[in-house]
Amino acid sequence: MCLPLSARLRSTISKVGLPVAAVLLVILIWQLICSLGSVPKYILPSPLDVAGAFGEDWQLMLSHARVTLTETFIGLFLGIAVGFLMAVVMDRFAIVRKMIYPIVVVSQTIPTVAIAPLLVIWLGYQMLPKIILIILVVFFPITISLLEGFSSVDADTVRLMRSMGASRMQIFRYVKFPNSLGQFFSSLKISVSYAVVSAVVSEWIGGTEGLGCYMTRVRKSFSSDKMFAVIILISVISLVLIWLTSVLQKVCMPWERVNKERK
Amino acid sequence: MSELLEVRDVSFSYNESAVILKDVSVTLREGEIVCLLGVSGGGKTTLFNIIAGLVRPDKGSVLLNGEDITGQPGRVSYMLQKDMLLPYRTVEDNVALPLIIKGTKKKEARRIVGGYFRQFGIDGSQKKYPAELSGGMRQRAALLRTYLFSADVALLDEPFSALDAITKADMHRWYLDVMENIRLSTIFITHDIDEAVMLSDRIYLLGGRPGEIKDEIVISEPKPRRADFNLTDDFLVYKRRIITQIQGNKI
Repeated sequence: MCLPLSARLRSTISKVGLPVAAVLLVILIWQLICSLGSVPKYILPSPLDVAGAFGEDWQLMLSHARVTLTETFIGLFLGIAVGFLMAVVMDRFAIVRKMIYPIVVVSQTIPTVAIAPLLVIWLGYQMLPKIILIILVVFFPITISLLEGFSSVDADTVRLMRSMGASRMQIFRYVKFPNSLGQFFSSLKISVSYAVVSAVVSEWIGGTEGLGCYMTRVRKSFSSDKMFAVIILISVISLVLIWLTSVLQKVCMPWERVNKERK
Repeated sequence: MSELLEVRDVSFSYNESAVILKDVSVTLREGEIVCLLGVSGGGKTTLFNIIAGLVRPDKGSVLLNGEDITGQPGRVSYMLQKDMLLPYRTVEDNVALPLIIKGTKKKEARRIVGGYFRQFGIDGSQKKYPAELSGGMRQRAALLRTYLFSADVALLDEPFSALDAITKADMHRWYLDVMENIRLSTIFITHDIDEAVMLSDRIYLLGGRPGEIKDEIVISEPKPRRADFNLTDDFLVYKRRIITQIQGNKI
């Protein structure tokens, strides 16, 4: 597709420009309310206050963010590994699938905030309970999506592979696994944002470092401006990670681009 | 001429009331193109599954060069109506898949398949994804993959039926052309009488429920065939004979 420049420019403006304008408008109104309405800073800090908080605590926030990100990445990585392993075993053995599937689903109905304190009691205040919590949250979407991907494989393709004498392992490697990549990445985008949130929640409950701890501290001192700042920082981290996941998806699935263009 | 592949008295049923195949015997000689012609649901695909070793017959056997290969997958190659190219592999990697499954290193497999792209009329599509190719081109790639899997015997299940009429005629010419060079012994399934007469050396008429061989017709028109063979009286004689048989036997 090759639109003339002005049309393309117009489409970019409506795609990017409009939402940006909306956000700027909200921030402007927010600032006006704070400046004109004399709302106390500890109830609603103005956007300028929040920006000031960033400037003041930037170094501190970064060092906390480093801890949170470390937990997130370790938990995410292990969660993917656990999810992948479970999906493979459940796909291979129907019995295991029937036994474990309901347990896995029920386990997801327990709220994260309820498990976090228990994990702290059992495992202490270090990084371990936080990583375990992230694994618990992350593995579920990964397992379900991979399982879905494995079993949605075209039966004729499997028949063809078998007629070529392919082993179960080869069918997995050349058909089932690549077939489930699309679903895997969709669920990874969910998992990534869950992982960040879970890290923060687990830091609320216990610990001395991380954005969750920082958040608890500034809340206790009624520094709402810093509270807003850290919330924004967490959102930005999530968004960046989701974006990185899409980039990774494009790199891992180069055929997607071609197939999309054809549709 | 000796038999390359022999299907001997094969019967298959899911249960007492659903007999799919009854005492079916089919032979294929070196370099021959043989057609199984019959209605859909007449057990043709089941017969292919048995020859390919994916399904075991209740009775009878499949011999390749005299060796019993009943129930052994991986001996004869199989191509389905859909091209079955994997959308996430480039065309060359799709074509190379049977070699890779047999244990050839990826690089070596690519080198081997590269030599055939020109012959099969798909040169230049090596690095493309299947979605970038037309239906006819994808079918060519699928046939090359089939050929690379086993140069002995190929089973083609309605290979051209998903194509439009013009592409189909084009593919017929291309197919006969390629076959002149590679001499791949082939059994193919079709329900298209013109296609059967146009391409085959011999045609088996398979009646449905239970699937039985009703007639065997030898097409003695020499190969390479005249481009306008399907417009000649000889062609019509064959076609009339088949139609009469089909009506007489209520196939």
